[in-house]
Amino acid sequence: MEEMHKNVLDYVKREYLDDDQEIGLDSPLISSGIVDSFSMVSLKRFLEKKYSISIPDDKATPEAFDTVNKICVLVHEFNKK
Amino acid sequence: MFNIRSYDERLKDFDWSIAEKELGYKEGDVINIGWYISDRICEMGKADKPALIWEGFNGEEKNYTYNDVKRFSNGFAVCLQKIGIKPGDRVCLFMDRVPELYIGFVGIIKMGAIAQPLFSAFGDESLFVRLNDAGTSAIITQKKHVSKLRKIREQLPNLKHIIIVDYDGDKPLQEREAAFSMEKADAPEKFDIYPSKAETPSLLHYTSGTTGQPKGVQHVHYSLISQYLTTKWVLDLKDDDIYWCTADPGWVTGTSYGIIGPWSMGVTQCVLDSGFTADRWYGFIEKHKITVWYSAPTAIRSLMKAGEEPIKKHNLSSLRHLCSVGEPLNAEAVIWSQKMFDKPFYDTYWQTETGSMMICNYPGMKVKPGSMGKPFPGITGTVLNPDTHEPWETYGKVGLIAFRPGWPAMMRTYWKNQEAYQNKFKNDWYLPGDRSSIDNEGYFWFIGRDDDVINTGGHLVSPFEVESALLEHPSVAESAVVSKPDEINMEVVKAFINLKPGIKVDDDIELEIMNFIRKKLSPLAMPQEIEFVDSLPKTRSGKIMRRMLRAKEWGEEIGDISTLEND
Repeated sequence: MEEMHKNVLDYVKREYLDDDQEIGLDSPLISSGIVDSFSMVSLKRFLEKKYSISIPDDKATPEAFDTVNKICVLVHEFNKK
Repeated sequence: MFNIRSYDERLKDFDWSIAEKELGYKEGDVINIGWYISDRICEMGKADKPALIWEGFNGEEKNYTYNDVKRFSNGFAVCLQKIGIKPGDRVCLFMDRVPELYIGFVGIIKMGAIAQPLFSAFGDESLFVRLNDAGTSAIITQKKHVSKLRKIREQLPNLKHIIIVDYDGDKPLQEREAAFSMEKADAPEKFDIYPSKAETPSLLHYTSGTTGQPKGVQHVHYSLISQYLTTKWVLDLKDDDIYWCTADPGWVTGTSYGIIGPWSMGVTQCVLDSGFTADRWYGFIEKHKITVWYSAPTAIRSLMKAGEEPIKKHNLSSLRHLCSVGEPLNAEAVIWSQKMFDKPFYDTYWQTETGSMMICNYPGMKVKPGSMGKPFPGITGTVLNPDTHEPWETYGKVGLIAFRPGWPAMMRTYWKNQEAYQNKFKNDWYLPGDRSSIDNEGYFWFIGRDDDVINTGGHLVSPFEVESALLEHPSVAESAVVSKPDEINMEVVKAFINLKPGIKVDDDIELEIMNFIRKKLSPLAMPQEIEFVDSLPKTRSGKIMRRMLRAKEWGEEIGDISTLEND
């Protein structure tokens, strides 16, 4: 597992899951209700801070944030810019 | 032909006995909402008709007929009686939108207890405040939420029973916990329904205000009368409709129109227990051929943002009537839905305290995009001069929305807070706390709240609650919480924070505080933006001038600052 994937997965588990819940890199986060639209703001803030990027609001969609894998694709997109 | 036929004609000879007769109720009879929304429908020959078509986020589907709702709710009622729950006891429902939430609600009411649904995203502090205030005796929940209860149960001596509906035996139950499987437990055909009367308490919904802790809005069984008739005339539900109310039953829309209204009419409803994505929602409508859709402006604006692409991928031709609730529906959204779905969203205005719809747009009546509509027949509504509390005598003047008390679903009190209840009435008018104007055709136009309560995504958040929680963070010295405009949610929470000496202002502390509030209170209450300040604007008497901060966020005039403390 890439380090970014591990960091994002660990953060989501720590901040949004209850003790006995488990998720993987492709587990739905938004569509399952684990992270709702209001909580997405704090997840976006974490990513921006951690990877020193700025994600435009129109890119921070429920679809783009729905799994750890998809989130990492988004972060990579803005890491390069 | 619409159920209401003609709004203007209905105004002429309206009486709530119209609904009473249709429900077969007369004054003095036993009236139990739980019976009306399950047993009675079965007795009308609809026992085998689908009542609930449920879909989980992974596509799992469960279907329940009205006979299933009757039997399984009887099962809940029997279980509660066996553990010693008595009529009048408060029983909380703290679950995601799973079938047990809907059917458990019916069971609680059938045995005469008071149902207390709470939004499952509430953190342990929000949960504690509401359970403590209500003196809740039992809570029906899921295993994923039990950890929150374990943190607070020692402070809740009245909470004797934590009933877990999806316990799988993998970890031992702790004190006060018990497992209950709705589908495996005894579910008798008959249950001795509690003989509640019109004024017997049925439901407790917590709502946030400007000051103090959230208040428990108490409703009674007679609320069924206006919930039934508004469902019939505003949502226009008919026997062959497939209905979807997107609201969670933790909020009043999800009980009044997500359980009571549609089931009192014997209509089939669908529930989606999943996070929001446009594609998923449209797919749900297409799959189940939803005909009547009751949703919220925040969701509608999110759908607008998602654009036409997801719409084009789905056949939404089943939709025949769309309604909206929770916050004012902006004109742009009404025009958009007319373009996309060939019909507008009909805005409806009401609140937790009113229990049923108050000012609406009606099928067959001209919709003015951006207008709340007109008062429901039987409701006397006006706007008052804020200084005199008398109705304005000319059109177009902004004032306090006001209703003559006495409609069936009007709250009967705030739980153990009669003083706050009395304060909602002035000059024999009930004041919901909003401002509007009325045009020369009698249409109401929303202006804003009359207090500091934040309406974010259709849900009320108290600045006081958030500020109190912020003070519990070890780094926060002082805070002020106001609303700021948001394209999707209309308004969101913003916090101005003065940190304690020696605490560094950086991204770490900002994120830490956001997550602190999200977990302690709820995602809704989490500040979407934090601004760190050296000091907060205060009056000479030390009162924080929130309105100055708010005015700046909204681009409004700051107003009188003569009382502002000089630096």
